[in-house]
Amino acid sequence: MREATADAPAARSPRQRTARPLHPLAWWIWALGLAVAASRTTNPLSLCLIIAVACVVVAARRTDAPWARAFRGYLILGAVIVVIRVVAYMVLGNRVGTTVVLRLPEVDLPGWAAGIRLGGPVTLEGVLSAATDGLRLATMIISLGAANTLANPKRLLRCVPAALHEVGTAVVVSLSMAPQLAESVQRVRRARQLRAGTERGHRAVRAVAVPVLADALDRSLALAAAMDSRGYGRIGDTSPARRRLTGALLILGLIGVCIGVYGVLDGTTSAAQGLPVLAAGAALAVAGIATARRRVRPTAYRPDPWAWPEWLVSASGVAVAATLVASSRLDPDRVVPMFDPLAWPTLPALSTIGILVGLLPAVVAPPVPDRSAAGGAVGSGGTRPPASELRLAAAPVAGSHPGTAGSELVP
Amino acid sequence: MIRFDRVTMTYDGADEPVLRDVDLTVPEGCLCLVTGRTGSGKTTLLRSINGLVPRFTGGLLQGRVLVDGHDTSALPPRELAGVVGVVGQDPLASFVTDVVEDELAYGMEQLSIAPEVMRPRVEDTLDLLGIAELRDRPLRDLSGGQQQRVAIGSVLTCHPRVLVLDEPTSALDPTAAEEVLAAITRLVHDLGTTVVLAEHRLERVLQYADVVVRVLDDGHVVHGDPAAVMAEAPLAPPVVRLGRALGWSPLPLSVRDARRHATLLRDGLGSPHLAEPEPDRSAAPRLTATNVGVRHGRVEAVRDVSLSLDAGTVTALMGRNGSGKSSLLWALQGSGTRSSGTVDVAGSDTRSASPATRRSLVGLVPQTSGDLLYLETVDDECAQADAESAAAAGTCRALFDDLTGGGVDGAVHPRDLSEGQRLALVLAVQLTAAPSVVLLDEPTRGLDYAAKEQLRTVLRRLADDGAAVVVATHDVEFVATACDRTVVLAQGEVVADGPTAAVVCASPMLAPQVAKVLAPEAWLDVDAVIEAALDAAGGPT
Repeated sequence: MREATADAPAARSPRQRTARPLHPLAWWIWALGLAVAASRTTNPLSLCLIIAVACVVVAARRTDAPWARAFRGYLILGAVIVVIRVVAYMVLGNRVGTTVVLRLPEVDLPGWAAGIRLGGPVTLEGVLSAATDGLRLATMIISLGAANTLANPKRLLRCVPAALHEVGTAVVVSLSMAPQLAESVQRVRRARQLRAGTERGHRAVRAVAVPVLADALDRSLALAAAMDSRGYGRIGDTSPARRRLTGALLILGLIGVCIGVYGVLDGTTSAAQGLPVLAAGAALAVAGIATARRRVRPTAYRPDPWAWPEWLVSASGVAVAATLVASSRLDPDRVVPMFDPLAWPTLPALSTIGILVGLLPAVVAPPVPDRSAAGGAVGSGGTRPPASELRLAAAPVAGSHPGTAGSELVP
Repeated sequence: MIRFDRVTMTYDGADEPVLRDVDLTVPEGCLCLVTGRTGSGKTTLLRSINGLVPRFTGGLLQGRVLVDGHDTSALPPRELAGVVGVVGQDPLASFVTDVVEDELAYGMEQLSIAPEVMRPRVEDTLDLLGIAELRDRPLRDLSGGQQQRVAIGSVLTCHPRVLVLDEPTSALDPTAAEEVLAAITRLVHDLGTTVVLAEHRLERVLQYADVVVRVLDDGHVVHGDPAAVMAEAPLAPPVVRLGRALGWSPLPLSVRDARRHATLLRDGLGSPHLAEPEPDRSAAPRLTATNVGVRHGRVEAVRDVSLSLDAGTVTALMGRNGSGKSSLLWALQGSGTRSSGTVDVAGSDTRSASPATRRSLVGLVPQTSGDLLYLETVDDECAQADAESAAAAGTCRALFDDLTGGGVDGAVHPRDLSEGQRLALVLAVQLTAAPSVVLLDEPTRGLDYAAKEQLRTVLRRLADDGAAVVVATHDVEFVATACDRTVVLAQGEVVADGPTAAVVCASPMLAPQVAKVLAPEAWLDVDAVIEAALDAAGGPT
């Protein structure tokens, strides 16, 4: 079975490739590259091309894990965003252009609401620019959705520096609380049927909410106690002052990075305004991480390797972003087209080539370990056998006659 | 290794301390069994070993607890993680990651153990606990026994000197419990780990214990050699009670010891006169299920089960974890999924009836019975139950008093009741609708011998009043004394069905202790054996 999965991609590529999950950070760099690229263009053809690139890579390198099944949801979300944006424009938007396609009844607003229009003529130019605007946001969301689909979010949190370890674990725990809560609600609702609960309205909500919340609190306390007794949050001999310093540096650094990134990416300000803030923020964050290094840091069990596929995948993302940033400056008319006067957008050559570089991961990323292994891929490292093979091996034990499984263990 | 130095523990708002003047030393490499009634402070004692009590619970702990020379008042539990490993009652609630291998490594990562040390330790632990084939499996997909072993493994990888286990086998079927206990004894024998373990089902663990600590109701503890402590313990497993009644010395703690004493007894007793009255076949059964099937997605939980339940019988539903017991009970009640077959109670199908009618036909006490309770006081719950079943005011409260023997304050919050009282409250709520069929899913979990005895009486009375009762349980001792008929499920199918004596004595895993001691004679109830033995001894002389 293992040979079969390893051989399938080998038939396509001349070299034998080991199946392993790609480092989650590489997927995120690639996806952020696509998102940055999408933020710099309003050319609908380029945006559709970016979505297509994301879809192709997801289709080629997606696992069958629970988080990998949500990509369709991101596509639907993208479509909803475009529709909302267009409808909002039709009702409220500013009127640009002259090609009127539809005349909505106009509402006369009182004097204090002057400047806001409701309804009125809808122009084709306006609809198109609203649609491309929505498409841009949708493309960014789909890019990030692709990263979430391709990389295990829990695995990504293992890459965070030691300074952010506690926060990272808290996020991991809350990630696992959500499915538990859903399960708990289902169980309590089922139990309600046994009592034939007749309440309506807030009493009915309470009949479900009280046991669910009590259960969630019990579980959280049990988990907190378990984590504490397993060493989570050990501080060793770090002084409180040092911990406060680390925290302050990190928070200031992250705020700086956020402002800086906004400055760099926002097309209306010049890069010169954003870069210094970004650099200062990054420096503070690095200082924070460095001070945290002195304390007890958790080690990583079987960390994901960072090899040439990871370099290539992340480089392809950076390349996409870089070409779009460059071409939006070199060729603004075609990369950021205006629909006034109306004209059919054309694909600018440079940015098209740049976007197509984003297809690289579909080929260079190592093949997915085992498509049928839903949960097995969660933490599989490179050399672990596919989970389906293990399930087969485990089956006879689970189905064996009572007594046999136990007797094997008696020392 | 562990030293309690005049420890008195009082929780906030409590009038009486839960532990009082505890002076206790557990030597290294010793398996220490902690017993006591429900709510007697066993868990408090266990959790104070690594300081979770009082740090996580609040309250005042006087005296000192020393573990491997460390004072728990000076170090928080996280700093003791390398010395004490704690496994809670519900392993699933304590998992941090989602795959077996990552879970085993989690504790070591927190202790900053070097990667090259972690790898072999994980492999060793996988082998030691026999879970190597599960390494890539998601934790949620494992069976209860496997989860419990992973939970033990996840603390073992840190090489703790002390392992603390709170009711490690309470949710497990007999086979899985054997697996877990085998793993624990291997740790004690091979690695010299000190194990402190609390358990209600003494019959499972007593034979492995080196020291028994009994927490008394007033918070004092008695500790010492297992035979000495068990000689006067009110809560004792069947072999001990048999040994005590017949004056065997040394007191037998295991079936093996008891069989040595029992050679004469076996010959003298003869066969039990099973004067079980044949259920009246002329009366229509209370519930008739035909070809019931339950399917959850691709999993077939129950396959083609046909059952009829007669008035006046208590039926045990047994089978390993995940064999479809709960699914079958929910399908019989009608609120759960049923993909095929019919369930007929008093002429109507439970599935098509409205929830209110269904409830008056079949009452079900689910496994997590607390899910049914959501109001602030016992009285509110009872009043709500009366309203739901259109019963006369006070019906539920009267039932509850009847089940508990009265005396429970109506203003108490249901969560503050003891396990047994809470079960009684849920049972009372369900009985308010006066169903003719009563189903209970794992009611004995967390109950001590006294509470189980009370439950047995309650079920017997329900059956005598004309109800058909079904109890899904792993507790073989409870089945042996409380149930007339036993149905065994495996992979969703009925594999054995018949009188309890015939079914349980045919299987080494399901046989109660007395039956094992007196095999091949099918004695089930220790009280009946003691009575017969004393009669036999008294007769000739």
